[in-house]
Amino acid sequence: MMKEKLEEIREKAAGQIGQVQDLEGLNQIRVTILGKKGELTGVLKSMRDVAPQDRPAVGKMVNETRAQIEAALEEARKKLAARALDAKMKAETIDVTLPARSGKLGHSHPNTLALDEVKRIFVGMGYEVVDGPEVEYDYYNFEALNIPANHPAKDEQDTFYINDKILLRTQTSPVQVRQMERGKLPIRMIAPGRVYRADEVDATHSPCFHQIEGMVIDKGITFADLKGTLAEFAKQLFGPDTKVKFRPHHFPFTEPSAECDVTCFKCHGKGCRMCKGEGWIEILGCGMIHPHVLEMSGIDPNVYSGFAFGIGLERIALLKDEIDDMRLLYENDIRFLDQF
Amino acid sequence: MVTSLNWIKALVPGIKDVQEHEFRDAMTMSGTKVEGYTVLNKNLERIVVGEILSVEKHPHADHLVVCQVNVGDHTAQIVTGAPNITVGMSGVKVPVCLPGGKVAGGHDGGPMPEDGIRIESGELRGVKSDGMMCSIEEMGSNREFYPDAPENGIYIFPADTKVGEDVPALLGLNDAVFEYEITNNRVDCYSILGVAREAAATFDTKFVPPVVKPTGNDQNAADFIQVEIKASDLCSRYIGRVVTNIRLAPSPLWMQHRLMTCGIRPINNIVDITNYVMEEYGQPMHAYDYDTIAGHKIIVRRATDGDKFATLDGKEHILDHDCLMICDGEKEIGLAGIMGGQNSMITDDVKTMLFEAATFDGTNIRKTSKRLGLRTDASGMFEKGLDPELAEEAINRACQLIEELDAGDVVGGKVDVYPVHKEKVQIPFEPDKYNALLGTDIDPETMLGYFRRIEAQYDKATNMLTIPTFRQDLKGMADMAEEVARFYGYQKIPTTLPKGATTMGGISFKQRVQDKALETAEFCGFSQAMTYSFESPKVFDKLRIPADSPLRTCVKISNPLGEDFSIMRTLPVNGLLNSLSINFNRRNENVKLFELAKVYIPDKDDPTTSEKLPDERIEFTLGFYGQGDFYDMKGVIEEFFQETGLRDRISYDPEAGIPFLHPGRQAAVYYHGEKMGYLGELHPLVAESYRIGQRCYLAVIDLPEVTKFATFDRRYTGIANFPAVSRDISLVVPKNILVAQIEDVIREQGGENVESYRLFDIYEGSQITEGYKSVAYTITFRAKDHTLEDKEVSVPMDRIVKALAELGIELRK
Repeated sequence: MMKEKLEEIREKAAGQIGQVQDLEGLNQIRVTILGKKGELTGVLKSMRDVAPQDRPAVGKMVNETRAQIEAALEEARKKLAARALDAKMKAETIDVTLPARSGKLGHSHPNTLALDEVKRIFVGMGYEVVDGPEVEYDYYNFEALNIPANHPAKDEQDTFYINDKILLRTQTSPVQVRQMERGKLPIRMIAPGRVYRADEVDATHSPCFHQIEGMVIDKGITFADLKGTLAEFAKQLFGPDTKVKFRPHHFPFTEPSAECDVTCFKCHGKGCRMCKGEGWIEILGCGMIHPHVLEMSGIDPNVYSGFAFGIGLERIALLKDEIDDMRLLYENDIRFLDQF
Repeated sequence: MVTSLNWIKALVPGIKDVQEHEFRDAMTMSGTKVEGYTVLNKNLERIVVGEILSVEKHPHADHLVVCQVNVGDHTAQIVTGAPNITVGMSGVKVPVCLPGGKVAGGHDGGPMPEDGIRIESGELRGVKSDGMMCSIEEMGSNREFYPDAPENGIYIFPADTKVGEDVPALLGLNDAVFEYEITNNRVDCYSILGVAREAAATFDTKFVPPVVKPTGNDQNAADFIQVEIKASDLCSRYIGRVVTNIRLAPSPLWMQHRLMTCGIRPINNIVDITNYVMEEYGQPMHAYDYDTIAGHKIIVRRATDGDKFATLDGKEHILDHDCLMICDGEKEIGLAGIMGGQNSMITDDVKTMLFEAATFDGTNIRKTSKRLGLRTDASGMFEKGLDPELAEEAINRACQLIEELDAGDVVGGKVDVYPVHKEKVQIPFEPDKYNALLGTDIDPETMLGYFRRIEAQYDKATNMLTIPTFRQDLKGMADMAEEVARFYGYQKIPTTLPKGATTMGGISFKQRVQDKALETAEFCGFSQAMTYSFESPKVFDKLRIPADSPLRTCVKISNPLGEDFSIMRTLPVNGLLNSLSINFNRRNENVKLFELAKVYIPDKDDPTTSEKLPDERIEFTLGFYGQGDFYDMKGVIEEFFQETGLRDRISYDPEAGIPFLHPGRQAAVYYHGEKMGYLGELHPLVAESYRIGQRCYLAVIDLPEVTKFATFDRRYTGIANFPAVSRDISLVVPKNILVAQIEDVIREQGGENVESYRLFDIYEGSQITEGYKSVAYTITFRAKDHTLEDKEVSVPMDRIVKALAELGIELRK
């Protein structure tokens, strides 16, 4: 009798659960069957009518039925919940091709990007990054660099003067002298900064531009070291296949002096528009620091030797980023800057 | 410097088979950089001398004629329209381009096609034409260098020219002209002989300079002329020679052709010889009409201030004490080393001439030439500083050419005033030092071989090298090491990396602060600008800087490119405003820029005479227009301060006094009582003068000040374990009171347990009494070591409210 009743409840529950459409309906079923006034609870309540010796068996049957119904309810709940979530997510579908909403980041100037690369390479080789004044004494810009008073390089048409003794530095080389005068040896340094020359503004000239000076002084530094260092630099800057070529040149403060060309990184030496068909691009001037320059700054050239080089930062930036007009660098049109 | 390759080859016979590109590469790699070269016979093919046998009228065209031309192995019929070939002509020798040949360009002398113009047999108006007679322009040159060519027509050879001969060879066009970049230490290479000597050394072959034989008749130059140098500091040597019975005539073709390759137009034998020797030796010379020289006397002296002098180009110059003059017994007759005088110049009637070869001080010539605005080929050479030994060689060479060309009778002897003879430099031979400097292991004998090539003599007994006087650049060990390096080959020197002590590379603290500024700005959406360090003094007016402001004291450039680039900036904003303006006027929206660049604050003295360098300070300048306002800019500054370790309270003083900012929307930024910079909205009038049509915000932070306080050390202070208690207060505040004043009260009265306070509402309007604003704060209390009791919050809250009341601030009901 009881058994049948329980079976009936279980079947009814199974039927209802099988048809329920939502969690609320499911809850309704739980209340009507398992709730305080629910049918199964009603069965429990009628236990007192059962003979005492049968009670444990009946109790067990009731509990089993309850467990079965609960398991069915739980299973249905999971299904419904999953279905509800699917439906919710489906409703929440977005158009992923709508434009991104991003906090727009600013961009570094191409000069800065080029300088960062140069700095990274030389700092990695143990070079210190130093700076020096742009408004500089004639002595540091010229005289201490072996460019005596009447040297043609001092001609007024190249140099901006403030007065007899002070000028706008025409090169970053005076930082070399200031660094040597500090007397801390050995030295490995690069000195980036602004320099000034009286050139009218055009696509390849600017009266204000940037150089990066480099200098190494130690015992036993050789021209071979200079070559090796700059070859490594060129490879890191322009790619591992880059070759370098050193041609004799003249700078008053280095001897021997050289100009350094690298294989065109666009055509790899075959010749193209970028290298004007040469296959090579001139990137810097360099040399062994002139013994007289060392001497003037209080370094004994019989004990120490060193090399120095000077790189045009804009030249590197223009080459690397394929910018065809130097004026763009100082105009700061956002459509230009945004490309870097 | 420009040379003909054939001329070099004539002086260096060992390279006669070297090709143009080989010559270019080798010379460049040994230090004489070839900028480029032009092949003169480019696109000239199958052009021979022909003799016109007859010229007849063209049957169908009035302006054409039909010629029978003997071209050596046959007679060709050629139709031409050239105006100088006329009916009935015969016996005339002309260049003929045979069918299948090429000419360089058209007869109009316009731009020449890259591949030239191919000449084929054809018909002209029904008459067969087998070839083309050529003008000088069609052969790639012009009348400037071939003055004998007709203005419009076929080039005509002298009557004795052999039929069938190769025309480019006859015209000296089987040659290439090389252009070099000569460095300013190699004065000797500004001459054909200098380049040839380098070529010989580069190819390790013999250099064969011209042999200069003694010249002159049995008269003596000293009987003709006396020379006195009064300014021996500016003239180290003066040689005069005399030529009588001048016979002016055109110079021979070989000389004309060589001058042409140097870009010099042939004129007559005397002028050509002077130019030829100047090219050959690099020594300028000057010829005076001897009969105009008063007292037959030359005096070299300084001019007197205010003297006037007419140079042979007809221009008059006002002289000063630093101009060196060549004078005769009465007057000035030449501006030494620059240009001769009109009063002594050679004319077509000249009978006797004085030839001058002298050595003048290079610096003085350069300065005089610049002062007078008169640059000549001669001054260009002298200003490099010439070797006094050169003067003698050159003048003797010139006299030899005068005799060879029969241009006059050279008088024997010379007048040579050379007070202090130049000594040859001696340098010890130090092979070990050269190798040590180069990082090489070159054998000393090999090095001596290199030195022999450059004519340095080695004396084994003293171990000394004697340097020839023309190599003024060789003075010490390093110079000799470079000679070794360039002949050994820079490319052959090994590549190594420096050995020795390792060094700590890295960037300075100051640079780290700068890097942080850049990072912060870019993260906040600002892009980096770069602008010029110099600007116009008008900027001060544009920025409304008061007339007596110390900012107007600035470093001035004495020789600027123009007013716009004449002062070093003392304010960093003009460049950025110009850039914003450019962007605005190009209709770029929402532009945010920053710059990290210097201002130059002069010493208190007058900066134009001061011997102190200005203080160069890096400023972090930001500017934007478009989306955002004052508080966005303020946020960037606070972000930057956080990033550089300035984590204490930043205070803002609205009385910043920045004339180019909106008076009600500007603030000076203080940290620990020190001014760090300022920010604000651009003053509407300034915005107008920069043509920025939107509200624009600026901030300037002085990085040296920030660097003083900056730190990249961090310390963990723990996370609070005890609960916080928050209280909201809503206040009615008189409008003129700044929220900073309220915050001061919260901090001062709130006690140590005030963890934070946050403004969450500010309101002015209809619900608030006129002249007041409503301000609401959340104040959060928390203790590190216990849970706060009620009174630990209520007591300080009461204190705060009471103190606010003293400022006229009441709780909002």
